[in-house]
Amino acid sequence: MAVDDRFTRDSRETGEDELRGTRNEIITGPVRDWATDFSHLEPEWSADPYPIQDDLRQRCPIARTERFGGGWLPTRYEDVAAIAYDTDRFSSRAIIMSNFRPPIELAPVGGSPPISSDPPFHHDARKLLLPAFTKKEVARQEPATRAFCHSLIDSLQGRDVVDAAQEYAQHIPVRVIANMLGFPPEDGPRFREFVEDLLEGINLPPDDRVERVSRLFEYLLEQVHEHLDEPRDDLTTYLINVELYGRKLDPEVVTGAMALLLIAGIDTSWSAIGASLWHLAKTPGDRERLVADPGLLPIAMEEFLRVYAPVTMARLVKQDMHWHGVDMKAEDWILLSFPAANRDPVQFDRAGEVVIDREVNRHAAFGLGIHRCVGSHLARMELRVALEVWLERIPEFALDELGVVTWSAGQIRGPRTLPVRIG
Amino acid sequence: MGVGRYRTDRNSAVKVQINPECCQGHGRCYDLAPGLFGEDDEGYGQVLGDGIVPQEAERDARLAVLNCPEHAIELLEEG
Repeated sequence: MAVDDRFTRDSRETGEDELRGTRNEIITGPVRDWATDFSHLEPEWSADPYPIQDDLRQRCPIARTERFGGGWLPTRYEDVAAIAYDTDRFSSRAIIMSNFRPPIELAPVGGSPPISSDPPFHHDARKLLLPAFTKKEVARQEPATRAFCHSLIDSLQGRDVVDAAQEYAQHIPVRVIANMLGFPPEDGPRFREFVEDLLEGINLPPDDRVERVSRLFEYLLEQVHEHLDEPRDDLTTYLINVELYGRKLDPEVVTGAMALLLIAGIDTSWSAIGASLWHLAKTPGDRERLVADPGLLPIAMEEFLRVYAPVTMARLVKQDMHWHGVDMKAEDWILLSFPAANRDPVQFDRAGEVVIDREVNRHAAFGLGIHRCVGSHLARMELRVALEVWLERIPEFALDELGVVTWSAGQIRGPRTLPVRIG
Repeated sequence: MGVGRYRTDRNSAVKVQINPECCQGHGRCYDLAPGLFGEDDEGYGQVLGDGIVPQEAERDARLAVLNCPEHAIELLEEG
């Protein structure tokens, strides 16, 4: 068998981008005024960002911060949509707003294509992934997902209080993405570490971040080698063999795409499942209605996605410009809050309420425009199956009055501890 | 918030159409109106057949239009 030398250690440039980009001074601590000093990394935001966003939408509506080397936070649906659609003026070269900007030469590919890519490369990189994530294709994962959800509930039997985030929601996307990539299912805990490392370790010193990133890429390379030795019918083998412009992918594109699927697929779905269960645990009326009428779940689920949209993206401004009333500078961040857009009363009636039979729900939880979440069909399948199985097996549950619900920090928002009483 | 009242006494044909420039493959149309829309190999929405909406499917068609995040679906009246 010919040796695929794309993945030899020498060809690896892992972590180098982290050292080449630009860094700014890290500013943390209480926010003075959300309109001029916002930070999505402060505890107040993690605990409950919605009143902050609602207030900004009324009085700004595009907030500013000097933290992170400068950035903007649009809060109206209209502005969020306009930025998502305007890939000429807003780059996806970096999509996590932090104190680090990757080198400009990284565009239009970016560190983890296609989410980090701009046109024209974006289209081609995305095209590679789309066939693996159609509704029909992800439906193949549904029976295994359902069986796995049942096994998780089985393991909770006999308990009075369980953590629905830690012991249920979290495991579901981990297992599904491991199946799709063909990674050992017992590696689940390691994936979660990688995700935490990248999404929540934003303010760590550069060397720490480089080390964390390298750990992930070392793991991915190990998996690539196992698949090179023993190809199988999974996404990893597909990415190793697929061709773009008549040749196979560069190793960093293969591992970058794998990293993206792993990272983008876990915290996000975990958050959506957890936030939905949190809502149902504290809203007996909605819970009882869904137990009585499971056919309503597909509509209710869209409302949970709207009102608790887990994902906020970021963009970088390409050049100085006056935009919708503010003066943006090249390299300013945009914190692209789909959650804020989803609660804009101009776009949605009763925007701040959870209306589980909302029939018309043009929400932006999976983004808008060319970067629509490539895994949205997978996420919807996971969320629907996770809620169906939970409601069928545990129709009666409530927040544990002695427990504490905690929320993740950063751009992916969902409950990280969710103690509920089921007994 | 609802889809509102829709005419049942129509004389003209109603047809759905997807603007491929706008469609990003969210799949709301084929979720909500599987009789009228399907997905292609990359998940983008496709109108099934000639796109003519049977009277009993008009509500589904309207739901698909109103739930498309990209505003990619149009309901055309012909005749």
